[in-house]
Amino acid sequence: MPLMLDDVRRVAALARLELTDDEAAAQLRRINELMERFESLRELDVEGIEPTAHSAPIHNVLREDAARPSLARDEVLAGAPDAREGCFAVPLILEAS
Amino acid sequence: MEPLTYRSLRALRDAVCSGEVSAREITRAHLDRIAEVEPAISALLAVTTDGALAQADAVDAARSRGEELGPLAGVPIALKDVISTRGVATTCGSRILAGWKPPYDATVTARLREAGAVMLGKANCDEFAMGSSTENSAYGPTRNPWNLDRVPGGSSGGSAAAVAAGEVAGSLGSDTGGSIRQPAALCGIVGLKPTYGRVSRFGLVAYASSLDQIGPMARSVEDAALLLEAICGVDLLDATSVDAPPFSAEAVKRGDIRGLRVGVPREFMGDGIDGAVAAAVRAAVEALCSMGATAEECSLPTARHSLATYYILAPAEASSNLARYDGVRFGLRSEGGSGHAGMTEASREAGFGAETKQRILVGTYALSAGYYDAYYLRAQKVRTLIRRDFDAAFERFDVLVTPTSPTVAFGIGEKSDDPLAMKLADVCTLPANMAGIPGVSIPCGMDQGLPIGLQIMGRSFDEENVLRAAYAYEQATRWHTHRPEVAR
Repeated sequence: MPLMLDDVRRVAALARLELTDDEAAAQLRRINELMERFESLRELDVEGIEPTAHSAPIHNVLREDAARPSLARDEVLAGAPDAREGCFAVPLILEAS
Repeated sequence: MEPLTYRSLRALRDAVCSGEVSAREITRAHLDRIAEVEPAISALLAVTTDGALAQADAVDAARSRGEELGPLAGVPIALKDVISTRGVATTCGSRILAGWKPPYDATVTARLREAGAVMLGKANCDEFAMGSSTENSAYGPTRNPWNLDRVPGGSSGGSAAAVAAGEVAGSLGSDTGGSIRQPAALCGIVGLKPTYGRVSRFGLVAYASSLDQIGPMARSVEDAALLLEAICGVDLLDATSVDAPPFSAEAVKRGDIRGLRVGVPREFMGDGIDGAVAAAVRAAVEALCSMGATAEECSLPTARHSLATYYILAPAEASSNLARYDGVRFGLRSEGGSGHAGMTEASREAGFGAETKQRILVGTYALSAGYYDAYYLRAQKVRTLIRRDFDAAFERFDVLVTPTSPTVAFGIGEKSDDPLAMKLADVCTLPANMAGIPGVSIPCGMDQGLPIGLQIMGRSFDEENVLRAAYAYEQATRWHTHRPEVAR
């Protein structure tokens, strides 16, 4: 079933993407075009098949719980759009109602 | 004296070690070449002149002190701009990371430096490695050195074009669905996607973490093998890197391919594959047989579902990985919007391009409540079926051979309004990422003055046989010696 514009708006909100009306319409068309391709997967019988999350022959990787130097704080903060007093600075998260 | 550009990696290193030329002279020669051709091809987002000369001087100083030099001493390289370089801008071809300088090096960056390589610049790519033409870069497209009206492929198009045009001797790209092999094919060079876990991903800006793998791009199989040897190996900073038996570049050149069993999956030789490409691949299979390999047609029945599987799994992982671009810790912050959430939405709106947004939307949808089982989980199960197809094929064959790309390089702008047609450029390369196996593209012909790529895939961690077959083919043919006449 093709997506509707409301679906794109809902998903964009989940992904914290603000789309213009033109963008939303263009994305809707392209996404539906791509998702038509996904229908072929329904032909396959996947009953009882284990999912593959990644292909490496690895399950758990353990290491010594040893301390090592972390990155220098000022170097990390240097890349931030706004940093003050050794912290990342952000706009208000909770606004007064 | 033979010009320094277009010399092989090994020849350059040997020239430095013997004292025939200094690392500084090699660096200067390649910087001159960059100045000459870069206006035409735009392969590099940054040229790191000062850093390169300093690295070269360090190599020359080490030699004058009589120290043993690294295996890549003085070799000029470029890194795809999704690979972190401490203090050097790493943009991923995206506006959202414009000017961002990582506070650390990727493991591959550090390993290349330790080996003595000299980094000349950062290579253009599709935004966050999402694309097949390098047209999705926020900084403009790269042009194919063979024909400036054509794309170089992607997403590692800058890495491929820089090597093909003689700007550097080798480069690194990253491959999530074909992004090393397809541009290598379209630019007429060698590009290897190693086995998943062979090379550390620490410091590779994540796109789809279960598929991403860094690999070498160079003008010969031996050069690609030398680069792989320098960057591979387990790394405590990447828990998915594997402690596999070491890879030896020397072993690739040893032995012949007599008795090598070559499978030719019929799914990649029919519909959608350009006639000239299929003919070149058939001729390459015959060439391998004339050297003692045996070839037989085979089938990977589930492989045709790789495109659908990829475009569910990769966007799903991307939607999670790209959540970090929130205008807080790095990159662009847009002042529009109200409060923290509004700032995040405005920053992402301003910072991401259309293709990146599409993949975030598709991935978020595929993972959202009510759709997870139908899309994401089903795709993961199909991925298992694709792997089983390969497992079965590798019981009968040592390597599998296909075209790398269904066509030669297409025109700039030709597919940019048709994202689905663009995605079909990767049909031959996607299955190897699904299965995690190694694959290399090597030049195997020319059509319309543009290179054709041959893909050779092998068992997990069997890069040796993959590259041995590639090396044998290369030694018996002259395709890898063709050079583009880059317009001046």
